[in-house]
Amino acid sequence: MTSNGKPLLEVEGLVMHYQTKRGQVSAIEGVTFTLHHGESLGLVGESGCGKTSVAMSLMGLAADNARYLSGQIRLEGENLLALSEDEMRRRRWKSISMVFQGAMNSWNPVYRVGDQIREAMDLHIHPKLSEAAAKGRMARLFEMVGLNPAMLVRFPHEFSGGMRQRAVIAMALSCDPKLIIADEPTTALDVIVQDQILKELKKIQDQLGMALIYISHDIAVIAEVTDTIGVMYAGKLVEYGSTLEVFHRPRHPYAYLLLSSTPSITGPRRKLAPLEGEPPNLLDPPSGCRFHPRCPFVTDQCRTEDPPFIDIAPGHKVACWNWQQVPVTIGASA
Amino acid sequence: MTLPLLKVDSLTKLFPVQRGLFRKPVEFVHAVDGISFEIGSGQSLGLVGESGCGKSTTGRMLTRLMDATSGQILLADNGSPVDVAHITRDGMRTFRRRVQMIFQDPYESMNPRRTIFDTVAEPLTVQGVGTVTEREEKVADLLRLVGLSPPETFLFRYPHELSGGQRQRIAIARALVIDPSFVVADEPTSMLDVSIRISIMDLMLKLGDEFDVSYLYITHDLAVARYMCDRIAVMYLGKIVELAESEELLSNPLHPYTKALLSAVPVPDPSFKRAPVEIKGGIGKAINPPPLCRFIERCPWATDVCHHNDHPPLEDKGGGHYVACYLV
Repeated sequence: MTSNGKPLLEVEGLVMHYQTKRGQVSAIEGVTFTLHHGESLGLVGESGCGKTSVAMSLMGLAADNARYLSGQIRLEGENLLALSEDEMRRRRWKSISMVFQGAMNSWNPVYRVGDQIREAMDLHIHPKLSEAAAKGRMARLFEMVGLNPAMLVRFPHEFSGGMRQRAVIAMALSCDPKLIIADEPTTALDVIVQDQILKELKKIQDQLGMALIYISHDIAVIAEVTDTIGVMYAGKLVEYGSTLEVFHRPRHPYAYLLLSSTPSITGPRRKLAPLEGEPPNLLDPPSGCRFHPRCPFVTDQCRTEDPPFIDIAPGHKVACWNWQQVPVTIGASA
Repeated sequence: MTLPLLKVDSLTKLFPVQRGLFRKPVEFVHAVDGISFEIGSGQSLGLVGESGCGKSTTGRMLTRLMDATSGQILLADNGSPVDVAHITRDGMRTFRRRVQMIFQDPYESMNPRRTIFDTVAEPLTVQGVGTVTEREEKVADLLRLVGLSPPETFLFRYPHELSGGQRQRIAIARALVIDPSFVVADEPTSMLDVSIRISIMDLMLKLGDEFDVSYLYITHDLAVARYMCDRIAVMYLGKIVELAESEELLSNPLHPYTKALLSAVPVPDPSFKRAPVEIKGGIGKAINPPPLCRFIERCPWATDVCHHNDHPPLEDKGGGHYVACYLV
């Protein structure tokens, strides 16, 4: 799905710490990836691995105590971290928009859903659309996400959870963004509704040709919607490559264990390999490779030296000293 | 098959819908609507369904955290079954020794002011089991068994000092310390990270074997139910629509709802192509449902038979594969 020419988004060596009373939380530590127009990238990892921090950084919405120590986020060549709050606001929703996790909390309960979408459009589309044009556009958006345009005049509480999440997607699409970030958009939903939302999202992405960053802790969902996948652990990107390649031949021990510890309803019933231990405290991350205390392939080098993020095949990157030791699996469900 | 440990017969829970302060309720939410099943000794049954299908209500009735509106729950007790719905106050203490529960949220299910020792030892204290030293030993043993060792480092800490995974281990220790024969686990791993989840599930399987415990495992995740349970029951709007051995249910689903549910589950393999999900509309209403198949509005195959009869009975279609559908 990658188009030729310039990449849409380049994140390079991004380092971000949260300043807290108890010290520096190393939330993002040297994350680098590139995204092209129309591509869909999945970011997976456990809670606290930094995936939402990356998303919030792209949106320019990181918490006040976030400090960017180095690195760049370039959208079509322009470094977003160097922009003023005002300039960033003009790009938000229009260039990059986001679908948040809690569909319940994304809406103001006292305004009609249509009015809230209209507000976003009025703020970001210049010149402002006429009344008729705006209404037509909103109706088309609602149809696109599988909602009846008559629902536009309803209040958020009149929508079910799945419908609210569809409406959030409509809002995210309203200003024609080049990139949509979806942060766990279906986590709170039941599987049948989740399936419908995922299909809708994929269909729209194909239709409009926008790029998508899909964030989830659920690797099964990532397997379905993305072309490329980035696996994060404790603030670092540890593996990056085509979804097919990473799922069938994970080369980082964490990615490998994550895949082999995911239960599935397909394939033979098998014993799953548990991942021992718990994620590290990012106030005081482990020395060397951050995964070394939990890694079955650990060597002395891992305890002292941080492995570089290297290319091991075209488009497949891994940050591990011993990636060659990781067993080859054929598909997660095999 | 041996005598079942637990036999549930036409269990029903109706919640009145209040309209106005003094008016008599005329409408009822049929949260659990006449379900029947059995669990054998040492066996585990997974109760699967979407939010609001009545799976948690069922679990709460089996542990007597909630009283049933009607129906019977029989728990085998040294040969003579005990009717759980009519246990006397004195009988309740014996009942709690046999039936325990593990809750979903490890952050909410523990008293923040009590130490781990107090939390895990509470069932023993309430039941008056052993001397203080014996209780201390028993708690330490259990902590070791659930993988929190050395126990001395945990005994006098408070819940807030532990991670979610560790708390769930404490919850398991608390449930098993009294040697129960039946444990209801309500989504015990759904709030944990994937990497922690498997170790907790493995722990429950291992201890279930060791202590000869039967589980009712409530979950929305079919893959988890498959990993944990011998048999799976699928619920929809207060009814069990299908019940079978786990592998049989997954490889040969018969009820249209089970089929839809199975094809909607994402598979962690990008080259896997799922079957289309064949289901209509959204979840129907549980308030005074019409006397028809609960699934009728969403069923793409509903025929005249379905439109002219009450909800179909759960029938054995061979080999212990139960389905409630006229079209099977």
